[in-house]
Amino acid sequence: MNKLLSPDKSTVLFLGNEAIARGALEAGLAVATGYPGTPSSEVIESLAGVAARRNLYVEWSVNEKVALEVAAAASFSGLRAMAVMKQNGVNVASDFLLHLIASGTRGGLVLVSCEDPGALSSVNEGESRYFARMLEMPLLEPADFQEAKDLTKWAFELSEEIRNVVMLRSVTRMSHASGNVVCAKLPTKSRRAKFEYDGPVMDSQTGPMISTPVVAKHRLHQEKLKTVEALFEKSPFNRYSGPAKPKLLVVTSSVCFLYVREALSMLGLERDVGILKLATTWPLPPRLLERNLQRAEKILVVEEVLPFLEENVKVLASAMAGRIGVKTFFGKYDGTLPAAGELNPDIVARAIGGIMKVKPKTPPASYLAEVKKAAALIPAREQTFCAGCPHRASFWNIRRAIALDGREGFVCGDIGCYSMAALSPATGYNTMPTLHSMGSGTGLAGGFAKLSAFGLDKPVMAVCGDSTFYHAVIPALINAQHNRADITFIVLDNAGTAMTGFQPHPGLPVSALKETVPAVDIACVCRGIGAKVAVADPFDIDGTSKILTDYLAEKGSVKVLILRQACALSPEKKGKKTFNVRVNEELCLGDACGCNRLCTRVFRCPALTWDSARKKAVVDEVICAGCGVCVSICPQNAIVKAQGNM
Amino acid sequence: MKKRKPAKTLNLILTGVGGQGNVMASRVLAGMLVDAGYVVTIGETFGMSQRGGSVMSHLRVSPDEVKSPQIPAWGADVIVALEPLEALRVLGVYGNPDVCVLSNTRPVYPIGVITGELGYPSREIIMEKFSLLAASAWMIDATDAGVRLGNPVLSNIVMIGALAETGLLPFNRGMFAKEIKKTLPPDKLSLNMKAFDEGRAMIRQESVALKNL
Repeated sequence: MNKLLSPDKSTVLFLGNEAIARGALEAGLAVATGYPGTPSSEVIESLAGVAARRNLYVEWSVNEKVALEVAAAASFSGLRAMAVMKQNGVNVASDFLLHLIASGTRGGLVLVSCEDPGALSSVNEGESRYFARMLEMPLLEPADFQEAKDLTKWAFELSEEIRNVVMLRSVTRMSHASGNVVCAKLPTKSRRAKFEYDGPVMDSQTGPMISTPVVAKHRLHQEKLKTVEALFEKSPFNRYSGPAKPKLLVVTSSVCFLYVREALSMLGLERDVGILKLATTWPLPPRLLERNLQRAEKILVVEEVLPFLEENVKVLASAMAGRIGVKTFFGKYDGTLPAAGELNPDIVARAIGGIMKVKPKTPPASYLAEVKKAAALIPAREQTFCAGCPHRASFWNIRRAIALDGREGFVCGDIGCYSMAALSPATGYNTMPTLHSMGSGTGLAGGFAKLSAFGLDKPVMAVCGDSTFYHAVIPALINAQHNRADITFIVLDNAGTAMTGFQPHPGLPVSALKETVPAVDIACVCRGIGAKVAVADPFDIDGTSKILTDYLAEKGSVKVLILRQACALSPEKKGKKTFNVRVNEELCLGDACGCNRLCTRVFRCPALTWDSARKKAVVDEVICAGCGVCVSICPQNAIVKAQGNM
Repeated sequence: MKKRKPAKTLNLILTGVGGQGNVMASRVLAGMLVDAGYVVTIGETFGMSQRGGSVMSHLRVSPDEVKSPQIPAWGADVIVALEPLEALRVLGVYGNPDVCVLSNTRPVYPIGVITGELGYPSREIIMEKFSLLAASAWMIDATDAGVRLGNPVLSNIVMIGALAETGLLPFNRGMFAKEIKKTLPPDKLSLNMKAFDEGRAMIRQESVALKNL
């Protein structure tokens, strides 16, 4: 049995994201959409796995804006729907979201944003909570795994109560952590879709779904928010724990609640400090805040990244200062907590300890001294492309073409595993100096290419992954082609959304539900806009380098090279080796070779190691994926390959 | 060996390098303990940040309460390492005089070591550091055992078997067999049970025991 369908009352270990998925199922979800992004992907993945049995429609959409639009159509037709994305996905969806909130919704519609404080798997520390305030959308934040399920379920009910979209926000340490969850019943009835639109313009349940008349509908929405506030006042998900009159009141939400509880236990302050845990963080319920802020003179707000909760609590506290008195606030504004990076129990313990003048316990000084000595011996383990990764071969080709061209060409980067070429520059052989949001590499490249009149005369390249191509690159590519930007555009096509776990994308003939669907061919799209297109295998070093060198020399407009080779971790490749690779020690000249250890010093494959005692290169067979690319790079032909098991 | 029944929270860190099956191992352990009635939390990081990098799972086993998915500094009771350098790295943040370490012996060299910019401590130095920083330690060659059984990735199951034999976590062979039946295809079960038993045997025979130093 799929554990997502566990029976009523059973206790199951769920990933935070699975708990969200289960909550949606308990609410009678019909349609779920999303775009893969860490730490959000498992919500849609786990729902896709039970779609047939629960009669769901689940799709990986081309991007987050389209995901929300597809989910909204289900809501307009009376069904319960959910769109799931990572924090910066909300930025992508936000234009539609602004208009959606103005038009209102019908069936419960929940936007799930799984965010990444500390940017563990992101190149930003985006905060979508501010969208809740800016776009006036109720915001819920679960503080443990059970709540992740229960709040999701409630989010659908709340959405139908106010006939508008509700946002549920999780973070990496909730989405990608696991814990016990007690399941409730799965509904047995399902709704029929029906879309009505001939009612009055101001009636969002029967009239047209539009944002106009704008001001009138805006006022109507603001009235609904009063209903939300009233419901939040009574919500059992907001809880106070601690003494009636604590020496310090901590106001917190999300996984930070668990950090605060841990910190109090570390400091032995459970009887001195109270915790107000809020699950409904926008709009804040004022009467609940008033009752609890009265408890203490000192208030610490604990939250991750920006001081969103702190600001909102302070606004309320200043309005009610006449009744609750003047408070001393601690948080991000006064530097008690950092305003960047994720939190953990230690950071929270230091903050609370600082206010309460209590120090967390540490091991004895002699132990810490030994730790310090040991730390000096531990080499850093930097991120790198996996053994057998096609991106290493692609960047090796790019490096070679740039060197042969001799004009210091460079690459504008994009979002995927290949971002590592920028994050850890030696991994990309120092070719990729820019990295921003999805699709931005191509937009930037088109811009750089127009600067020759101002004296910037270097060959400009851009890379993107196959999934990224569909998500946000196409407009930038059309812009480059239409404005005659001279760029070499390289698609690193590894046959799936590899970084987030091989979710299908529009280039593949399979859907999230494993149905056969038409594949949209990248080469055809590029040819359709009039660009020159070539396709190559990045493992063919000579062939690929030649195309790239020719492209760099060729003046003109957009030149496209699609480099096709599946990810080394893809299900079809994992555990299999195309080649068995080894070093012929008689041919390896070691340090005496004129190459200055090109194989291990520059190529940087984790499977191609250096035996410093014997001064020879060695292939680690346990790590080697058998791609055979290193055979092409050794000037002595000392690396040899034989047919493997694939 | 007598099982420790945690009256208070037991904190275990499972560490290694991306691709060693760390996430799978922590979920198998957690699954068994949830079924045994404990409140379990696993904190994991996975995604792009872990490509070739260190991977850590924080497993917290509590009799009654949901814990923070991140263990506080100096707070580990047990460290299980699929790669020895990673055991040392974790000791430097989560170690304490009472911690127990179970480590694989097989190194996975960081890129900086491969390029020659950084050094990798010898096995003798790593063992010496374990003896200074842990109350007990075991080192077993789990990767070789995996290779002998046909797949180096089985080293994670070998380590789970070894952990069972140390008695540091309240689970046994029967619980493991029941747990893997939930997720693994039937044709993989006997191989995984062999890997589990191999790990147990390695602890029983362990000649480089640093136990009770």
